[in-house]
Amino acid sequence: MAYLILSSLTLPAFWLLLSGFWDHGLLLAFGALSVVIAAGFGLRMERLEPTCYRPAMLLRIPAYWVWLTGEIVKANIDVVKRIWWPQEHPISPTMQRLHCTQQTLLGKTIYANSITLTPGTVAIEVSDNEILVHALSGAALQDLATGDMDRRVTRLEGAR
Amino acid sequence: MALLLDLLTTLLLAAGVFLGISGGVGVHRFPDFYSRVHAAGVTDTLSAGCILLGLMLQAGLTLISMKLLFILLFLWYTSPVASHALTRAAEHSGLKPVLSEPRDAS
Repeated sequence: MAYLILSSLTLPAFWLLLSGFWDHGLLLAFGALSVVIAAGFGLRMERLEPTCYRPAMLLRIPAYWVWLTGEIVKANIDVVKRIWWPQEHPISPTMQRLHCTQQTLLGKTIYANSITLTPGTVAIEVSDNEILVHALSGAALQDLATGDMDRRVTRLEGAR
Repeated sequence: MALLLDLLTTLLLAAGVFLGISGGVGVHRFPDFYSRVHAAGVTDTLSAGCILLGLMLQAGLTLISMKLLFILLFLWYTSPVASHALTRAAEHSGLKPVLSEPRDAS
């Protein structure tokens, strides 16, 4: 149900912003039709876990994006330093299994995607409550192991 | 004001180009497959982000900016999936990473 509400809010907004036709009746009708078709495809595909979508996530996700963008900038600076000055900033590749506390598949996906999106750490394998992470440096892995990102994603997910 | 915008755009585009080149250099410099993926990540994330942000400043508050924002959004949604699929495939076919301190590499 929440999935239907979310897609009926976001898909029309997406169509309007992409097309820019606000006042053309026929085109708006075609837009509505394509929204219905896209929502139908979405509903058919979301068989595994249709209950994990919460409209409240829409309110929480902008703050998370801002925080994540900050992390991405920091991680980029770190990796660029290691690329251009390998003597002063040597790499120390590390691989470790990290605990994750998300309860839904969506939450795990967001967490693994966030790990991979920040340069310097890549999520290789995701299981029930562990994520295998490869990191360019021990420091990057230590940052992740503090669990800050994990907590933020779990809060974003809001499953309990 | 227009001069300031142009200046900011130039700075952002230059930063984006520098980061893109850095990613390319990193792909060549790093020792193994897994660490090279990290270097490619620089090009995927902040390099593309800087260039698109610079272009958004030129387009102003229009639908074009919105489309550029969508490009950035979808790029940031999909590029980690590609990196993850690559490293996972490498891991599954038994490629061992070069590790500085071998711990828990099971």
